[in-house]
Amino acid sequence: MDLAYGPRYAAFQQQVRDFAATYGARAPRGGSMAASREWQQLLLEHGYAARTIPKEYGGYGAEPDILESRIIAEEFIAAGLPMGMSGQGISMLVPTLLELGTEAQKKEWIEPTIRGEVLWCQGYSEPGAGSDLASLTTHAVEDRDDFLINGQKIWTSSAHFSDMIFCLVRTEPDKPKHHGISYLLFSMKTPGIEVRPLVTMTGQAEFNEVFFTDVRVPRSQIVGERGQGWQVANATLKYERGMLGDPNQAGTRFKQLVEMAKTETVDGHRLIDSPVWRDRLLKLQARVLAMQFHGLRLLTARLTGENPGVAGLIVKLMGCELNNQLAAFAIDALGELGVLYDGSPHLRAGGNWQRNYMFDLGLIIGGGTAQIQKNIISERGLGMPREPKLAS
Amino acid sequence: MDFALTDDQKMMQDTIGRTLERVCPLDRVRKAAADKELYAADVWAALAEVGAAGLIVPEEHGGVGQTLLDAALAAEMLGRSVAPVPFTASCVMAPLALMGSGSPAQQAEWLPRLAAGEAVAGVAVSEIASGARDGAGVAAASGKLSGKALFVLDAGGADLFVVADKAKGLHLVRGDAPGLTRSDLATIDATRRVGELAFDHVEAEPLAARDGAATLGRMIDAGRVVLAADILGAGGRMIEKAVSYAEERKQFGRVIGSFQAVKHLCAEMVAELEPCRSLIWYAAYAFDAAPEEASLMAAHAKAHTSETGTFVARTATEVHGGMGFTDLLGLHYWFKRIGFDRQMMGGPERVRADAAALQGWV
Repeated sequence: MDLAYGPRYAAFQQQVRDFAATYGARAPRGGSMAASREWQQLLLEHGYAARTIPKEYGGYGAEPDILESRIIAEEFIAAGLPMGMSGQGISMLVPTLLELGTEAQKKEWIEPTIRGEVLWCQGYSEPGAGSDLASLTTHAVEDRDDFLINGQKIWTSSAHFSDMIFCLVRTEPDKPKHHGISYLLFSMKTPGIEVRPLVTMTGQAEFNEVFFTDVRVPRSQIVGERGQGWQVANATLKYERGMLGDPNQAGTRFKQLVEMAKTETVDGHRLIDSPVWRDRLLKLQARVLAMQFHGLRLLTARLTGENPGVAGLIVKLMGCELNNQLAAFAIDALGELGVLYDGSPHLRAGGNWQRNYMFDLGLIIGGGTAQIQKNIISERGLGMPREPKLAS
Repeated sequence: MDFALTDDQKMMQDTIGRTLERVCPLDRVRKAAADKELYAADVWAALAEVGAAGLIVPEEHGGVGQTLLDAALAAEMLGRSVAPVPFTASCVMAPLALMGSGSPAQQAEWLPRLAAGEAVAGVAVSEIASGARDGAGVAAASGKLSGKALFVLDAGGADLFVVADKAKGLHLVRGDAPGLTRSDLATIDATRRVGELAFDHVEAEPLAARDGAATLGRMIDAGRVVLAADILGAGGRMIEKAVSYAEERKQFGRVIGSFQAVKHLCAEMVAELEPCRSLIWYAAYAFDAAPEEASLMAAHAKAHTSETGTFVARTATEVHGGMGFTDLLGLHYWFKRIGFDRQMMGGPERVRADAAALQGWV
């Protein structure tokens, strides 16, 4: 155990701090896409976005170095600067293409994606294929040089403004379900695609339903071979689960809760002066610290190439659950203020806690439900037997 | 940046684990419990031989001169094997008392014997760490102690006691000091000995070479981390036992481990316990490398691992069904070990209250 960075990384840390001091004022303050792209461009030039993507695909071309990534994230958080653009294209498709795409696909898609010029959505879940994703039925048949796609996807975040989709379709209906799937890339402007926003319990449409009717996609737009889409999809899921359990978010939320407990008053008394609220806050603090140190332990295992085993499989389950518990604390601490919403007078933090509490439930379910995570932990992590298959 | 154990630490932990597997199987634990042994002397001798007793004692006093993290790793193994040996007080807290506030003569007299496992030291700090019950408390006046101390850790067969008085002064009291009445407190956990000490103007040597209150704080921090590590080991072993039982036991024509109702319990246990390991490693590391955070981290490690340990203890027992409840299987030794650890040096509510105070929230 030695948590000091050492001279090389201390120098890198200084470099990031200098960047923050010099360019921090140029960080985008609202949600304009143009401003986000400009900031992204600046980050790409300095290697603070797409840092390890090879230069020929528009990246910065640095050697993968987990510690450098961590320092960038820490310093950006400390300086209150937004990280580069994220989203399913940058976080999930790009690493998948780097691992499994053809040279032509990498050349065509990675650069515009990391520059934020092409936005992607993910066409995985279907009404009848949730946890049992491999039973998906959206199908593609060959028609001359094209695939002809019919079917429906659901829970497709950002489909309403995405340019492209990476999509799982059944191309080999006669093969066992895991061997009949292909992974296709196509434009959301292709004729035959209809996007219907799906309003969730938050009151907003974070997701969509996407309908495909005779959607024509060139056969060359497949990643991997026909029937190998499941392996490609699993590569993508690995990146998604890494993204969903991030303990730094919990650390940031916890600080806000302490601040809330020190400023909110009931009958003129601060919440933090009540032993009941303090005790609940402390229980959460232990969990937040445990997950942060756990993150450092897994980070070290990645650096040294050691297999963390079951310790690595619990992050999505525990991280998402913890975030939800943090939001739940805020709502209880606010009491009746915690049920206000939608621009009401007396609303705190713009209703973010209420929205997070509900949206986090979506994250507990999405990306592999808590129950699927427990299957993974017990089967892959503890070596317990699978549920026997029903005789069909 | 390196959040991991060194090869030496892994090897030390492995050596202690293998020694315990050899000398401390469940039958040996049962015998110690049945015979009300003060501690399992043969197990203790085998552990002392591989250096477990002197892990944190400086080399100049015959120890190994390692960190609290090393002691925590050893404690994890002791919890794993529910080893009936004096460790938390005798090998961690008492040496820290001597190292922190002992005179050179006191250190020279006791540290080498403690490090070799030749002497056992009990620690009487419950009134400070957990709060006084039943009128306990020790008063010091003109070099003599009066009053009583409850829940004295590793009291069985102790040659020496480190005693905290009400004013947080520390004292050394010989096990055979005139006026000292020792009695054993029977607890649910037959693998450790706690005692009650009654003092009637007992001769004591002050541990006053340096500020006693600061040393006392360090002792309690270290004790909390080590007890948390003991829970980690005991809980980890309970999960392993639950998993292997669920893979053998058949009902409805299939092993019960193939039922999600059962295997999800196992997943929940390991998902809760693994982050505790990370928290304990950090708390132990902070004790030596980041003293300003040490008390807070020790408090969190103790409270959170205790909560998790309680969850694991009952859940692993449930996975074993009726068998988990029997003496025959012996799972209850781990269950009770965790229950004991949870309350010593402050139960979760008490320790979290300390954590609040440490952050200026009170």
